[in-house]
Amino acid sequence: MPITYYIFLAVIIFCIGVTGVLTRRNSIIVFMCIELMLNAVNLLLVAFSKMHHQRMLVLDAANVTAGTESQLFVFFIMVVAAAEVSVGLAIIVMMYRAVHSVDINFLNRLKN
Amino acid sequence: MDKTQFMFWFLSALAVFSSLMVITRKNPVYSVLFLIITFFAISGHYVLMNAQFLAIVNIIVYAGAIMVLFLFVLMLMNLNKESEQQKNKYLLWSGAIAGGMLMVIMIAALNTTEPAVISQPGAGQIGLIKNLGTKLFTEYVVPFEISSILFLSAMVGAVVLGKKGD
Repeated sequence: MPITYYIFLAVIIFCIGVTGVLTRRNSIIVFMCIELMLNAVNLLLVAFSKMHHQRMLVLDAANVTAGTESQLFVFFIMVVAAAEVSVGLAIIVMMYRAVHSVDINFLNRLKN
Repeated sequence: MDKTQFMFWFLSALAVFSSLMVITRKNPVYSVLFLIITFFAISGHYVLMNAQFLAIVNIIVYAGAIMVLFLFVLMLMNLNKESEQQKNKYLLWSGAIAGGMLMVIMIAALNTTEPAVISQPGAGQIGLIKNLGTKLFTEYVVPFEISSILFLSAMVGAVVLGKKGD
């Protein structure tokens, strides 16, 4: 599988996420599109890790852990995304309690 | 076309289709369900690239925990009746065109004539828990501990934000 296929797939999913952030008005869906973009980046990191692993195996067949680092990066991205979602949804719930809407047109000011 | 290639195209088509559905559905609950399908497709890609641990973590954390959180918040708010108001059509079209332009430009910029090839997607053992865990608890133990502090602060922040009254 050429690496460009994975790059194109990740770019397409990332741009779908960007389009969703730009066009949708519901702040929860905007948040979900951000998750989509994070996942596209994760997919690309794993693909590059696999490619690097194969390159390193050609040089040194005993080095079976080459390319593990980027999978750990993906792991940490998931950790940060989970923390981000919990705080972000708490903010959205708080805002919904204040203005009874999650439309981002109402959320263009911080005060009230 | 062998089995791996077939799975690659199938999972790619599924991921792109369901992520398009995420941004086009009017009902947010459907968006959440399609996003779960997208995450499963991406987990399938991880399995194809021999990253089994990440595939399982992706399903447990994203499809299991985060999406349930989204679903809970959506159902608590009961937004199903009121569909979102689109302010004007031009805003929608300009957003779609901007996203499409970004996609075209990035694909054109990253299109190399002689790509590197992942020749044996199923071979190798980088994704096994043993290798990942050894690396995580020796070289990356400090970021691991820092992420636990991040979780603690996120938990405190969510509780403080979600508390009623002030």
